[in-house]
Amino acid sequence: MGQENGAAKKPRTIIEKVWNNHIVAEREGAPTLLYIDLHLVHEVTSPQAFSGLRQRGLKVRRPDLTIGTTDHSIPTHDRSLPIIDKIAENQITQFEKNCREFGIPFYGPHSSKQGIVHVIGPEQGLTQPGMTVVCGDSHTATHGAFGALAFGIGTSQVEHVLASQCLLQSPSKTFEVRVEGALKNGVGAKDIVLNLISRIGIGGGTGCVFEYSSSAIRSLSMEERMTICNMSIEGGARAGLVAPDETTYQYLAGRPAAPKGADWDRALKLWRQLPTDEGAKFDKTIYIDASSLEPMITFGTNPGMGIPITGPVPDPARISDPVERESLGKALRYMDLPAGKPVLGHPVNVVFIGSCTNSRISDLRAAAALLKGRKVNPKVRVMVVPGSQEVKKQAQAEGLDVIFQEAGAEWREAGCSMCIAMNGDQLQPGEYSVSTSNRNFEGRQGKGGRTFLASPLTAAASALTGVVTDVRTLL
Amino acid sequence: MEKFTKFTSRLAPLPIDNIDTDQIIPARFLKTTSKAGLEDNLFCDWRYDAQGNPNPEFILNQPQGRAAQILLAGDNFGCGSSREHAPWALTQFGFQAVISTSFADIFRGNSLKNSLLPIIVPPEVHKELFAALAADPAATVTVDLLERKLILPDGSSVEFPIDEFARHCMLEGVDELGYILQQESAIAAYEAKRPLTVNTLSVA
Ligand code: SF4
Repeated sequence: MGQENGAAKKPRTIIEKVWNNHIVAEREGAPTLLYIDLHLVHEVTSPQAFSGLRQRGLKVRRPDLTIGTTDHSIPTHDRSLPIIDKIAENQITQFEKNCREFGIPFYGPHSSKQGIVHVIGPEQGLTQPGMTVVCGDSHTATHGAFGALAFGIGTSQVEHVLASQCLLQSPSKTFEVRVEGALKNGVGAKDIVLNLISRIGIGGGTGCVFEYSSSAIRSLSMEERMTICNMSIEGGARAGLVAPDETTYQYLAGRPAAPKGADWDRALKLWRQLPTDEGAKFDKTIYIDASSLEPMITFGTNPGMGIPITGPVPDPARISDPVERESLGKALRYMDLPAGKPVLGHPVNVVFIGSCTNSRISDLRAAAALLKGRKVNPKVRVMVVPGSQEVKKQAQAEGLDVIFQEAGAEWREAGCSMCIAMNGDQLQPGEYSVSTSNRNFEGRQGKGGRTFLASPLTAAASALTGVVTDVRTLL
Repeated sequence: MEKFTKFTSRLAPLPIDNIDTDQIIPARFLKTTSKAGLEDNLFCDWRYDAQGNPNPEFILNQPQGRAAQILLAGDNFGCGSSREHAPWALTQFGFQAVISTSFADIFRGNSLKNSLLPIIVPPEVHKELFAALAADPAATVTVDLLERKLILPDGSSVEFPIDEFARHCMLEGVDELGYILQQESAIAAYEAKRPLTVNTLSVA
């Protein structure tokens, strides 16, 4: 991390700096062997990797750089109750066993630190600037908010990192996302990233790492930066990051795993060398004018199918490419939405506030501020699922749980929940939800379920009215 | 890993862009702790109706799809989650290659580690292939990884890009983890000079 310096060097992006600092070996004809500083592990994408280690008789090389938690298949109802789904229960028990056997620290279902992988890393201060962070999960980019190079990997690579703490990787292209100007009231981080993806498409960042920069990004809190980095993968980029600054250091200082005393000073010196040098070149650049943004909402079956909330759903008849036209047509048939009309005012059955995109304390505060003293529409099931036990505790200390429950919303235990619908929290066929999560793929939130992705504010506003709502009308 | 050899096969056309891994294998089937049986739920929500009966319209329920070891898909195949269950389900079903104009990064990497070859072709060739299948559903192509070539139904061939190291590993059946572990001394040397570290054991 930042051991190199020198004024005469070619200006570099933060992406190149972090990459260079982690090169273990470079051999002719092979990808770079890259060192991994932090490996997050969860129950769904790791079992086959542990089996692989056993078959080969290998150990986990650095349990001290590895951490496990249960989030994906864990129920979010009362944790003192047994898990009804026996297959999920077996997966969780097996995970616990794997972590014990290999000496990996582990936040189990009853731990006060359990939560979604991408919420607990930052919360504990484990995610730090300049690190390489991986997890068998595509939303690992979340940790990029700290200026870490963080990306999702498959199960084979989970096994590689467990065994060697290294990965074979080829460098990515660099893609600068400059967001300038001040956001208007009712518009937030989620709207910035949904706007980006709607413009570049879900394959637009393939092969790239995003650096989010400029005035609008600088003015965001760490949690808002996490929301944006989280959805980098929805733009096709494996990673997305924000250079660290005072906001980052303030967030980190004093967290359990953050450096202390002289170590902190030493770390700070290295971290301050990370930001992209003046004059460094990116392979691609896009500009977003934050001041022109409206609240965004998706209408289709991938996160790139997003529109400003007052805008119309695009019409397949106006698309010339036949496969593209058919894909949009298929999405609208699945969503059962007419072309050319806004989704504004469309009835919803469920509102889901949660997921690694928007389940942190600031997200819950924003939703609670709108719901306070009001009642959700009785036709809507509203689920509020905190990202971690710590978020839950904090929210309860602030009385947010009471606000949610008095408004008629469910206050649940921490986990991925209806973001991925593998723990029993799910939509019924044909139901519509406004969700603060990151994916609206067919069936993602339950077979036949239909998802509108939006910000916590838009979700809370729609909970109150029972239809897709422009939050600005309620502020 | 088995060595990847030249083969000729029919194609299963799936002309949809942005097929994500939630469609390839829905999340509710990821509660397994093994790799076995995933093929039964490959494209589950497209393949079966609400009652669990095979949907006759879906290509994998038709003789053409059944006979194919190659999937011909729309742009940006494999986007979404990092689940390696997606290539596992595809290979267990019998696919050895997927042809598209582009692949999502993580899916592409996962596939290469599981002897599933992601073949990138230019948009014109992609269109031609769909047209050739429309004319003759039994049309075949040949995949030659050694030569990095796809031989089209009309006998012409097109070269496809592939990472050299991945190609070598697939052709020779090289195990990547074994290769990484050979570099133990470089890893140890790197660890000795790491300036900063966290300790997850301290916060457990
Ligand atoms: S909340 Fe959703 S996107 Fe995030 S890690 Fe869990 S399942 Fe994945």
